[in-house]
Amino acid sequence: MTRHPPSPGTIPTTPGEAPMPTPVADQLPRRSPPPGTAVAVDTAGPGDPRADRLRAVDLTLAYDRRTVATSLGVTIPDGSFTVIVGPNACGKSTLLKALARIMRPTAGAVYLDGALISAYRSKEVARRLGLLPQSSVAPGGITVADLVSRGRYPHQKLLRQWSREDEAVTAEAMRLTGVDDLADRLVDELSGGQRQRVWLAMVLAQQTPILLLDEPTTFLDIAHQVEMLDLCADLHERDGHTLVAVLHDLNQACRYATHLIALAPGGQVAAAGPPAEVITEPLVHDVFGLACRIIPDPETGTPLVIPAARQSPVRPVAQ
Amino acid sequence: MTRVLRVAGDRASLRVDARVLAVCAVLAAATAVASVVAMTTGDYPLPVRDVLATLAGGGPPGADYIVTTLRLPRVVTGMLVGAALAVSGAILQSITRNPLGSPDFVGLTAGSATGALLVIIVLDGGLTTISLGALLGGLASAAVIYGLAFRRGGFRLVLVGIGVSAMLLALNQYLISRAALYSALEAQTWLTGSLNLRLWQHVWPLAVTLAVLLPLALLWQRRLALLELGDETAAALGIPVESTRLALVAISVTLAAVATAATGPIAFVALAAPQISRRLTGSPAPGLTAAALTGALLLVGSDLLVQRIFPDRQLPVGIVTGAIGGLYLAYLLTSHWRRGRP
Repeated sequence: MTRHPPSPGTIPTTPGEAPMPTPVADQLPRRSPPPGTAVAVDTAGPGDPRADRLRAVDLTLAYDRRTVATSLGVTIPDGSFTVIVGPNACGKSTLLKALARIMRPTAGAVYLDGALISAYRSKEVARRLGLLPQSSVAPGGITVADLVSRGRYPHQKLLRQWSREDEAVTAEAMRLTGVDDLADRLVDELSGGQRQRVWLAMVLAQQTPILLLDEPTTFLDIAHQVEMLDLCADLHERDGHTLVAVLHDLNQACRYATHLIALAPGGQVAAAGPPAEVITEPLVHDVFGLACRIIPDPETGTPLVIPAARQSPVRPVAQ
Repeated sequence: MTRVLRVAGDRASLRVDARVLAVCAVLAAATAVASVVAMTTGDYPLPVRDVLATLAGGGPPGADYIVTTLRLPRVVTGMLVGAALAVSGAILQSITRNPLGSPDFVGLTAGSATGALLVIIVLDGGLTTISLGALLGGLASAAVIYGLAFRRGGFRLVLVGIGVSAMLLALNQYLISRAALYSALEAQTWLTGSLNLRLWQHVWPLAVTLAVLLPLALLWQRRLALLELGDETAAALGIPVESTRLALVAISVTLAAVATAATGPIAFVALAAPQISRRLTGSPAPGLTAAALTGALLLVGSDLLVQRIFPDRQLPVGIVTGAIGGLYLAYLLTSHWRRGRP
């Protein structure tokens, strides 16, 4: 895998000069660059308390020749449940892939714990952030427990393929997502909602402080959507995970997000902040091209987007 | 039933599937039995005791030639080629997530054949040159297919491979039709894939290739299992997807090309052996060990059958594996259809 050259303003350091102590699997110090890799230090500096763990600076994202976003910068606040919203094809999922290092930006950089994410070893990234992609393939004949246990890969070694910790963490991940009763069932036989919880369990077994979720509610009916998002909110509140999700439904986004990033067509950040501040009638009009009213959600008080009623092409005749 | 082996407290650990282990043991035993039968029967029956004595350096007069020059290299070649083809197929099927993603279908075998035919017909080369031609032909066709298709994913590889395969088959037919009668016969024999007259000179390149590539493939088996979950999931779990896939494809291609260079294309082993072993072990993981043993048994067993059923004909083993594999392919396709999967 090729690595990005250090971006302007960064200081490359040689492995021997790595300023931080060597991190060990699960007791990673919060902002240390990976051991044994050439590391370009973030301009904010590794010790800067203002620097959040995951940031993207001046990204250009493109597939082959089609550019999805230019000069895109986002910061994921530590400990937040960040939701990225935006119209179709605005680059939401692409941004998430860049944040997860699944996709290499054409320009710009993603920083994880103060160092360029591209400078880490793949396994090291996988110990710090997990991704639930939109589409995964469950091999035929695989059981739930077997699939969830594959999330332990970044913590395993050739001679240490199934430690007691692996076993305990896998069991806990299945318990948290409520699939422990399904442990011996085949993934093929499960319903869509169950299957999505199994994939989430696999990502949880990875034990990463940061979780990225790419449209985790697609293909689920409304009840299972709520179930999935409640589960994510639990993980965020109880276990202190930093969550980043791409969601389509603005009202769900407002309800669950603590931090909202609205992307405009062309991949620009239209607004970012708490949902109540971000979601306004002009913003929804500008970003989605939708006329709407915004009222407080009767359940939670968060913004509820009510699309304007259809205008009949025939003018009603005045009585 | 999965068991966990732990050594030194929790410092080293390994998960072992009891059924996979049992299946591997049975396959190894069956291969050993087939090999012993192949070594002891035939035109000159020899008791097991004499065969063993001969291998140890003693034995009755005349047995040495039969055992160490005629029968043993043939059996060993069968085992190694079977194992190499099966592992090659298992890796490729796993990476393409498609049971048709075997070297037979995606043009590697046809490429090897083109290389060999060029040597036989155009250069009029000997056995070693033919093997070299087959090796180069296989590797070249793999490079072309990879360049055209691979970065786009598995299904496209299968489609492009089938297209390239069809073109190469046409070229092969053309070469044969232009050849002199003797060359055409030799070419046709090579094309069916045979263990007849295999000598130690065929064994060594195979043995060395397997000794290097098989441990590598086994080492990367867990990565292969994660690649099956989809590129994005694999990458998110810490696998460098592109480089891992390229390395695994290179291993698979080299194994197929070296095996084909030794014996000519032997039909369906690479396709059927991994599928059979997956069903025997019932394991969702790409079990390369079980696949290798299945391939070895399939080829040694098929060769034994073809020698004993038609003792006077010296028929190529490709006929039996082709028949078995064809039946199996038909079963595979119909059972997939019944389950409504493509």
